[in-house]
Amino acid sequence: MVKAKKVAARCYVAMIGFLLYAPLMILIVCSFNDSKTRTVWGGFTLHWYTDLFQNEEVLLAVRTTLVLTTSAALIATVIGTLACIAMSAMGIKMRTVMQSVANIPLLNSEMVTGIAIMLLFVHFMTLGFSSMLIAHVTIGLPYVILNVMPKLQQVDKNLYEAALDLGAHPVYAFVKVVLPEISSGIISGFFFAFTISMDDFVVTYFTKGAGINTISTMLYQQLRRGINPEMYALSTILLFTILILLAVINRLSATRSIEETEY
Amino acid sequence: MFRKILISPYVVWALGFIILPLFMVIGYGMTDADGNFTLENVLAIADSVHYKAFANSILLALGTTIICLVLAYPLAYILSQQKRKGAGFVIMLFILPMWINFLLRILALQMILSNTGIINGILGFFGLPAQHIMYTKGAILIGMVYDYLPFMILPVYNVMCKIDQDVIEAAQDLGATSVITFQKVIVPLSMPGVVSGITMVFIPSISEFVVADILGGSKILLLGNVIEQEFNLANNWNLGSGLSLVLMVFIIISMALMNRNKSEEGDAMLW
Repeated sequence: MVKAKKVAARCYVAMIGFLLYAPLMILIVCSFNDSKTRTVWGGFTLHWYTDLFQNEEVLLAVRTTLVLTTSAALIATVIGTLACIAMSAMGIKMRTVMQSVANIPLLNSEMVTGIAIMLLFVHFMTLGFSSMLIAHVTIGLPYVILNVMPKLQQVDKNLYEAALDLGAHPVYAFVKVVLPEISSGIISGFFFAFTISMDDFVVTYFTKGAGINTISTMLYQQLRRGINPEMYALSTILLFTILILLAVINRLSATRSIEETEY
Repeated sequence: MFRKILISPYVVWALGFIILPLFMVIGYGMTDADGNFTLENVLAIADSVHYKAFANSILLALGTTIICLVLAYPLAYILSQQKRKGAGFVIMLFILPMWINFLLRILALQMILSNTGIINGILGFFGLPAQHIMYTKGAILIGMVYDYLPFMILPVYNVMCKIDQDVIEAAQDLGATSVITFQKVIVPLSMPGVVSGITMVFIPSISEFVVADILGGSKILLLGNVIEQEFNLANNWNLGSGLSLVLMVFIIISMALMNRNKSEEGDAMLW
């Protein structure tokens, strides 16, 4: 009876896993398929990949995405971390107000956030890279705050005060005592903001200027036009990039937690 | 005192790019093309086209949320009971799709569902008639469940892991059967995770337009599609904003209802 239950449980887990991954597997297989139809295997090929790297439109979109997401994540991390430091010095009332404002883009649907920023830009400036950047910083900010704030609250205030009592300048004391404690939160906040904006389609779609494309908006255009096997190749590359990125983050946080336990 | 100044960039940002844009939506939504005050754009939700699209959106969002919950809850429970070494890797596998580009996952699904796709290929191989799955509500529902399932698994799993094993054992010691333990201990204790899972699935799916666009072939209009078209095709920003306001208020009300009896803890549980 217990055994049967276990087997059933395992089958269920395997089934959901299969449903989640089968489409992605097929996508990867198709990127190596030398045939335009998906149901026929025409032999192994890499030419969708070589085509991809000669496609100016794709390369430009990849470059835009990388510049956009990296700078958005950096700006969001700086603003968010500063805000957290300030918030931890505030009274509970003020902090609650600030945190609820920070959560607005999180609770609002992405569509409304995108539309709202678009309206602002069309009204006062023009849509372009800057509007995309601002929109991406805005959606990344709450995640930075969500990651940094808990770390900051765990920091022992006495240590910081001890540093001050021993004559350290507040900035010096902060850099030497508090910053090392919250650095893992800051790093994971950065990566969260990075992946959120890398993955984003809806907000980008509404705030992008004409002629600028990120990987997401380019995929969308391609999807509406009909599928091009080059997109399978691009998707496969993206998939593995994300996998490697996650493995690195995982490794980083794993070694850090080992370091922490050594104390 | 010095530390509080550090918040100023954030305050400027929040006022300029979070609060002000929302007022722009309200401003556009409550005025007509000449800038005069009107409620027409908001009341336009009652027009039959808009009303039907909204009904479709609500129906599909509810369906997605329920299916995701039904699929994810047992999975999260089973995974949370795993104490073996590889358990961390297994849960990672289920959360991983969250990080994979949303359009990429739709692309993958389109390949399977389309008329010349994998499913019909398999059916054809066995001599069975081809099914037209694409461009139906079913296709949109499959797409949405596929996209949002990991967002339900993660918060429910997180909460399940935090349930104290001693509480469960105590229930069993006191003579509760496993069904009763499940009903009276595990289900109530997992509610915060369920609530944040529902939030994370329902909000994006109620304003969905991309899945409907691609898997529904713009034959089935959702409120998200209507709004998107008002902005990008019809250029009627006042109407688009008015309908966005309706959507926003609807989300706020449903979240308020959801959160009414939610414990404080669930709030920071998003990830």
